[in-house]
Amino acid sequence: MNIQPTHSSRRILLPVRQWFILFSLAVAFFLNLIPVGGAIGLPDWVALVLAFWGVREPLRTGMGSAFVVGLMMDVASGSVMGQHPLAYLMLSYAAGGLSRRILWFPLGQQALHILPLLLATQLVMVVTRLVGGADFPGWGYFLGSFTGALIWFPLTFVLLLPQYQPVEKDENRPI
Amino acid sequence: MSVVGHQPPPFFKRGPAPLARLVFFVILSLALLVLDLKYRYLELVRQGVATVLYPLQRAAYTPVDLYEQLGGYLSSLSALQQENDLLKRTELESAQWLLRQQHLEQENRRLRELLDMKARQPVSSTLADILHAARDPFSRRVIVDKGNQHGIAAGQAVVDETGVLGQVTRVYPMQSEVTLITDKNQAVPVQIVRNGLRTVLFGASDGQLELRFLAANADVQPGDQLITSGLDGVYLPGLPVAKVLRVDRDAAYSFARIVCEPSAGVEKHGQVLILGLREALQQQVEETELRDKPVKGKRGRKKD
Repeated sequence: MNIQPTHSSRRILLPVRQWFILFSLAVAFFLNLIPVGGAIGLPDWVALVLAFWGVREPLRTGMGSAFVVGLMMDVASGSVMGQHPLAYLMLSYAAGGLSRRILWFPLGQQALHILPLLLATQLVMVVTRLVGGADFPGWGYFLGSFTGALIWFPLTFVLLLPQYQPVEKDENRPI
Repeated sequence: MSVVGHQPPPFFKRGPAPLARLVFFVILSLALLVLDLKYRYLELVRQGVATVLYPLQRAAYTPVDLYEQLGGYLSSLSALQQENDLLKRTELESAQWLLRQQHLEQENRRLRELLDMKARQPVSSTLADILHAARDPFSRRVIVDKGNQHGIAAGQAVVDETGVLGQVTRVYPMQSEVTLITDKNQAVPVQIVRNGLRTVLFGASDGQLELRFLAANADVQPGDQLITSGLDGVYLPGLPVAKVLRVDRDAAYSFARIVCEPSAGVEKHGQVLILGLREALQQQVEETELRDKPVKGKRGRKKD
């Protein structure tokens, strides 16, 4: 059980609840559904939340959820079936594999680790669609990953909120 | 240390290794990709999931709706008056055309009867609102608020008051997806008004259109109006589509590069008209069936 915000910090967290993971994924999906027109630079919330739980709880969130959410995203955004699952699967796998490394870093450097993951996710989607004969959406498309990395700090705070507990000092207790 | 670092004792079942799971799911999604891109087998699955997701999508639209309502509430009176004036003027301007059109249509029908030509089928139409642009950044599509339940079918042409907008490509129960003419994979058969030259118009990037495969010495000038030729059996002939912006004739290439600008407000949101499917298309099908039938009959007789 990961019980600390980072491995080097001393704060003790409550265990995560499975329903909260699913709930956060659902909220991220809802945020992705909000039609924003042609606005660029908005993060892919689902990818961000998947990366977060992939890093934080690699044993609880897996590729099954990444696949299902990806399929839902495909239908909701009207893209080719299999485009989002493919990208999210890679992201989920990489996040789980890097989790032991990333959690040793402070949040700023964690965001630097997350940025290439998000960029790679978008790259997978671009390559998939270009192979399928679509148009290149322009470099502004990749801006979403950078905002996503910037959001990493507040996102960590919000998603760990249910796990924080008040700090009570007890001289007779070792931890 | 994290949990992942430890090798679990064999009596704690954890399922297949991550890499095995990744390979399994990747193969699954690649299969989906091929099935969807190459064979379009997954439309039923898509319809099912879309129907389930529809309430959620409507709910996600409420923040945008609220924002728009707020904007409408705060828009100044003078702007509305200006718009009202403009609308009145355009109505008056188009009135003369409308008044004469009835007369012309009657005349046309009479002349066609005289010439013993097939009468042009009147086309039904449905008014629809553009809800939003599709989230997919790789294509240019919009979602409109009429679907299966309102009698919309894939393949119908979509126009606004100034010209052709696109074509319905996917129909859900309550919504449908319209591919704009500026999409890279969308083609519209057109005709140049000035000289009747027939060609095909393709979408180009950044919201413009392109006339491809026209010889470098083709008679095209900047400012030429393009209208649908109606040869495809989808668009009615004579609808305005685009205007030629510029023509680059480079001696190094055998084709001219002709950039056009759509005449409809393709990238703007508003109300659109979804035209009914053209009858001509069905007649063609019937004709081919009629042509095929005697052949089948002959075969049957041979067998007898």
